[in-house]
Amino acid sequence: MSLKSNLHNLKEKYKGKKMAPAFNAIHTFLYAPNETTHSGSHVRVVDDLKRTMNTVIMALVPVLLFGIFNAGYQHYAAVDAANGVIRQASIFGNFLTWENFIMGAWTVLPLVIVSYAVGLAVEFLFAVIKGHEVEEGYLVTGMLVPLIVPIDTPLWMLAVAVVFGVVIGKEVFGGTGMNILNPALTIRAFLFFAYPTWMSGDKVWVHQAVDLAGGPDAISGETILGYLAQGKGAEMSYSVADMFFGFIPGSVGETSTILILLGGLFLIFSKIASWRIMVSAVAGALVMGLIFNGVVDAGWITETSKFYGLMSFAFWQHLIVGGLAFGIVYMATDPVTGAQTNRGKWVYGFFIGFISVLIRVFNPAYPEGVFLAILLMNVFAPTIDHYVIRGNINRRLKRAKNATILPKDSEGKTQELKAETV
Amino acid sequence: MSKDIRIKKGLNINLIGEAEKTTSKAVLSNVYAINLQDFHGITPKLLVKQGAEVKAGEPLFYNKNVEDMLFVSPVSGELVEVVRGARRKILTLKILADKSQEFVSHTPLSPKSSKAEDIKALLLKSGCWPFIKQRPYDIIANPKVTPKAIFVSAYVTSPMAADLDYALKGKEKEIQAAMTVLGKLTPGKVHVSVGKGGQSIFTKMEDVEIHNVSGPHPAGLVGTQINKIDPINKGEVVWTITPQDLVIIGELVLTGRYNPERVVALVGSSVKAPKYYTTKIGSEVSTFLYASGVNTENFRVINGDVLTGSKTKPDGYLGYYNNTVSVIPEGDDYELFGWNKPVFNKVSTTRAMTFSWLQPKKKYDLDTNTNGEHRAFVVTGLYEEVFPMDIYPLQLLKACMVKDLDEMEQLGLYEVAPEDFSLTEFICISKQPHQQIIREGLDLLYKEIG
Repeated sequence: MSLKSNLHNLKEKYKGKKMAPAFNAIHTFLYAPNETTHSGSHVRVVDDLKRTMNTVIMALVPVLLFGIFNAGYQHYAAVDAANGVIRQASIFGNFLTWENFIMGAWTVLPLVIVSYAVGLAVEFLFAVIKGHEVEEGYLVTGMLVPLIVPIDTPLWMLAVAVVFGVVIGKEVFGGTGMNILNPALTIRAFLFFAYPTWMSGDKVWVHQAVDLAGGPDAISGETILGYLAQGKGAEMSYSVADMFFGFIPGSVGETSTILILLGGLFLIFSKIASWRIMVSAVAGALVMGLIFNGVVDAGWITETSKFYGLMSFAFWQHLIVGGLAFGIVYMATDPVTGAQTNRGKWVYGFFIGFISVLIRVFNPAYPEGVFLAILLMNVFAPTIDHYVIRGNINRRLKRAKNATILPKDSEGKTQELKAETV
Repeated sequence: MSKDIRIKKGLNINLIGEAEKTTSKAVLSNVYAINLQDFHGITPKLLVKQGAEVKAGEPLFYNKNVEDMLFVSPVSGELVEVVRGARRKILTLKILADKSQEFVSHTPLSPKSSKAEDIKALLLKSGCWPFIKQRPYDIIANPKVTPKAIFVSAYVTSPMAADLDYALKGKEKEIQAAMTVLGKLTPGKVHVSVGKGGQSIFTKMEDVEIHNVSGPHPAGLVGTQINKIDPINKGEVVWTITPQDLVIIGELVLTGRYNPERVVALVGSSVKAPKYYTTKIGSEVSTFLYASGVNTENFRVINGDVLTGSKTKPDGYLGYYNNTVSVIPEGDDYELFGWNKPVFNKVSTTRAMTFSWLQPKKKYDLDTNTNGEHRAFVVTGLYEEVFPMDIYPLQLLKACMVKDLDEMEQLGLYEVAPEDFSLTEFICISKQPHQQIIREGLDLLYKEIG
């Protein structure tokens, strides 16, 4: 008996039982199911939700790998900096090293494992209780979560946040496909508001910066946006290339704009993510950045203002620091929580970029706004769609004014056809 | 006069097993069957008892809701079996054919000079009326309602469907007669769509408005054409009829006889020699299926094309409206890592490790596997790429699922039939039953609003 037929027999045995969804979830990972079409089209395309989600994960893997190396690199760079040595990042020289990888893997992989284990456990639990199949939504969420949190987030905190995000952000609405807010960002928002000291400040972005704080070996963990928000932009030693390639502190996966860009292109090419949202979000961010630059150039805001640092930051550089690029490519394009009409996507994306930069500049406590902007637009996405669809409905109503409605015939002379029923 | 319609959105599905252009006469069937599932929404009342002798064209039952609507026997013989389902619902009527055929004769009409009343009466009593379908609701037309226009699609884009220009060759006279009489039943026009640049027999027809259609599937579906030519508004009714059924109506008008003979394409990758057969409505599929031969044990026989047809068995019967019988392999097997490995031999509209975009002309051998499990709607924006109507498909489907009558109406449910959603169903990543959702939505709307 082969594995295939053994599994098939097991599936038949568990059919209708409580644990069937849990078994099927694992079974279908190994084998595409033997299900055939019952109604409607007899043939179907090869794509299913697993493949779609898997494609997004593939686009995230390079970012995760980079995040692992960068976690190690930033730690050692900060240690060097504390000793007065300024490092120049070089990919093969001091970035892709075993030292960095081991340090990074040791800190990042536990985040990934906890995120998946806790999140999938909740998903399985709900699938078994509600008796539906385990949907694949969490495959992507589980990968996104470790990439958008600070490196030293305690694992218990992450676990609590994941439970909150999956239950309140998704399952109470009916599970995958029904949620209003992006689950990964709900988790991020929960962490941010529940444990603010762990989520912001100048220590959390580099491994061990918090542990060493106050001691003789204290290291810095400040992000570029943090420097700018405090008006210390001049103290930074990061070049534009560092920002673009990602050799900067930040959340685990958000730093490397080039890899995010490649991932985004891959998602657009594979038609999994909406290019409309990505393009318009970039446009929105650039417009807002230009407005702020214009305000500074006009002299309305002077160097004494606490907003000067971020407002005077070159408009296009907003795209390569912080989580903006990551948010636009991987989070704003979530089809469930985003706008669903093509026109709506333009508006939705534009405002994500626009509001992200707005919050970034005007938020005194925490100089980043992408996750708040996306969550805000998640809430407004149905409204945007409503107005787009209204346009279609109005067109139909207008057309209906000229409808040719013909009267029903009077009773015809066809009675003789009526026959006796047997 | 002719007008051009160019459809850009859509998808042609190229499959192995198109019919070769040769026609054979199928072996005469012993038993003929009328399958009542073909007539959606009627309540049948039998007119003859089991065991009764009927002539070809003699009424078997009528529709309780519209009592003039008669359904007749395709052949003369004995009504040997009335197959009933749950709650004694009639499913199938089986007629054992006589050796010598007797026909019911009606008085022929002269197409040009006939009156609308006479035409309607003839179509109703001869049993040809059920060929006429109406929108909204995609049901057999209500004879009491005058349609604003009649639409006929002679442009075929469905995968492996019968080539009408070939199958209807030599039937120009009948089709013309049918067009002329049908034109008298509407104050509007009879719109006929033909493939642009093709040699369609319809291009020379009189009393019709010709539209030259080009573009990928679903450009050939009549719903798409209605939406582009003269969309249906609330309260309006249009009729649709297929070209192969025009032949039967035309012959009735000219000769007074109901002759359900039809050229049927037997297609699909499981057929050894796919080609055309001349047969009758209700014939056993096996009368021509095994003449062409099958090359696998595990196959599915479909009355109609692979996107909209209904499942039947090798010992099933040719459907009332079908001129294509598709036979494709069943896909009831598991596939190791089917969800993540690169795929070259199946169709996909994305490029997520699927490579059908590399070879748009390649012909595929698809089976009936769903390639995944049923999920909630997640992905957006893909349906719109293959849905050329001015309608939001995802939103309309959701309105039907939550039974929101206002939304269904506003989003354009009156304009669609289940078949218009066959392509979105084909590409659906969540494997949702689109056609079933739309059918149930239409039924609900019909029940509540009528």
